[in-house]
Amino acid sequence: MSVTASEVEAPLPKPSARKAYGARRTLSTGNWIIIALGAIFFITPLVMTGIFSFWEGGSKYGWSAYVLMFEAPGFWASLFLSLRLGVETMILTFVLLVPAMIFVHLKAPKLKPLFEFISNLPFVIPAVALIAGLTTVYTGPAWLISTPNYLVIPYFFLCLPYTFRSLEVGLGTLDVRTLTEAGQSLGGGWGQIIFLVILPNLRSALVGAVLLIMTTVIGEFTFASVLLFHNFAVFINDTGQNAITEAAALSLFAFLLTWVFMLGVLITSRRGAATVGGAH
Amino acid sequence: MSQTGNTIAPQPASFGGPSAPRIAASAGTGGLGAMLGRAIPWIFVGLFLLFTLAFLVAPTVVLIVQTFIGEKGFTLSYFFGLWDYQYRIAFENSLILGVASAITGLIGGFLLAYASLQPGAPSILRTIVTSFSAVAANFAGVPLAFAFISTLGSLGFVTIFLKHLGINIYGMGFSLYSLTGMTITFAYFQIPLMLIIITPAIQGLRAQWREASDGLGATSWQYWRLVGLPILTPSLLGGFLLLFGSAFSAYATPYALTDGNIALVTIDISNVLSGNVMSDPQVGAALSTGMILVMAVVLVIYSFVSRYAARWRR
Repeated sequence: MSVTASEVEAPLPKPSARKAYGARRTLSTGNWIIIALGAIFFITPLVMTGIFSFWEGGSKYGWSAYVLMFEAPGFWASLFLSLRLGVETMILTFVLLVPAMIFVHLKAPKLKPLFEFISNLPFVIPAVALIAGLTTVYTGPAWLISTPNYLVIPYFFLCLPYTFRSLEVGLGTLDVRTLTEAGQSLGGGWGQIIFLVILPNLRSALVGAVLLIMTTVIGEFTFASVLLFHNFAVFINDTGQNAITEAAALSLFAFLLTWVFMLGVLITSRRGAATVGGAH
Repeated sequence: MSQTGNTIAPQPASFGGPSAPRIAASAGTGGLGAMLGRAIPWIFVGLFLLFTLAFLVAPTVVLIVQTFIGEKGFTLSYFFGLWDYQYRIAFENSLILGVASAITGLIGGFLLAYASLQPGAPSILRTIVTSFSAVAANFAGVPLAFAFISTLGSLGFVTIFLKHLGINIYGMGFSLYSLTGMTITFAYFQIPLMLIIITPAIQGLRAQWREASDGLGATSWQYWRLVGLPILTPSLLGGFLLLFGSAFSAYATPYALTDGNIALVTIDISNVLSGNVMSDPQVGAALSTGMILVMAVVLVIYSFVSRYAARWRR
């Protein structure tokens, strides 16, 4: 951000007689109107959800939705399930994707286009279509498909386009080959090289990927709902069926969670470039 | 130390060499250990590819096979079944929703990005816009649906407030649970998504280009029509395609908004899967194949467009 921002600000043209572009130091009214309209559109739903969550019927307002929300039997269970699935997806990504990508960079750059192609596949295969396929192919074994842990498989792919991109950027700024050769010349094995040399250098890419995984998995509804597992988003939806004010409280809570994770992403990513997950 | 030959060899072949002492010391099976050391990278790459094959490629291939292979071999009947009224409507709605919300996101995102990137914009504004966009682009699905139900639903506060002012939006034909309502709801993540996508492209518009066009006597409109927009077009088009894809394959938000009572392809597929409607599994497969086809076309166009978009970034 810092580089690009100065790029925009620095080369201001000299004020010419013809056009006052660049001489203008403040935003024009039109631009302020656009920003104001944007602010209204984005803030209103949040404020309304907030008011709604305090509504107790008639003209009474209070905390009862929040009290009920925390006391609801499914709240903690579903929240912990979603957090656990996020952690498991993260572990799967660290075991399957991270080493594979490091080794492709190191030993088989020819496979890069294949990996790039695979990372785009989840975009082409919509979540519902992937579930349709998974349920057709895998009708067992029970230990695989009957526990919520099964969700980790589709979640891995749901996050793949974003984790891939984050790691690709991280690896692109590293000279993996030189680092590895240095490690090996010092007598390090693969384990030591990966854990002590490469991963520490990938820290910001990894943290970004992890936070993005958490955001995506916690908000995920499609897979869990169709496969009948009660994660946090499914819990919010079920609550909304009969207790709309509690659902509003939960939605605000979910927004805050997203906010926390995305702030983490923004702070850790050096360029400040925002990344986007996908579970719409 | 059976590796002496290797350590003399140049670069790539020497990989097994340095690790040999460690392994030899541990078990005395230097050859095997070194082989393992060489194999480890391929084991991990292979694992990832196998996993992808088993849980992403195979399910997709099976869907496509199921669509085109019936009891008597190859058939197009399931695929052409997509032209039946009920499924055609679902595809039409999904496409309309995709295009409408992508256009909304495109315009809103571009205008907001452009306004907040103006040289005169306070830097705090830029920070707020960037960080809020990151959050809002990821705020989707069920919570987003409830946020809009609280706002513009039939009992939403804005709806009721407008009613007090004498404007009955539901009486005027508006419904949050329609394609229009969904387009408005989707704008909440589509606009920030576009903003994030287009920001680098707008920042790439050099001030010198504007200066040059000013110097040659061009008006602001001429600058945009002849310089700015042509340069931004590939990025805008690329963003449009991504936005279209995210709306076209959206399931959570429309489901939570309408409780599954709207004809969209994603909702239809889930109805087949959960047995809410009586139909052959092939119908679900055909619908999925149709979606995958649309998305594949989108991705192919996108990859062409993004090649053009990269041209002006130096």
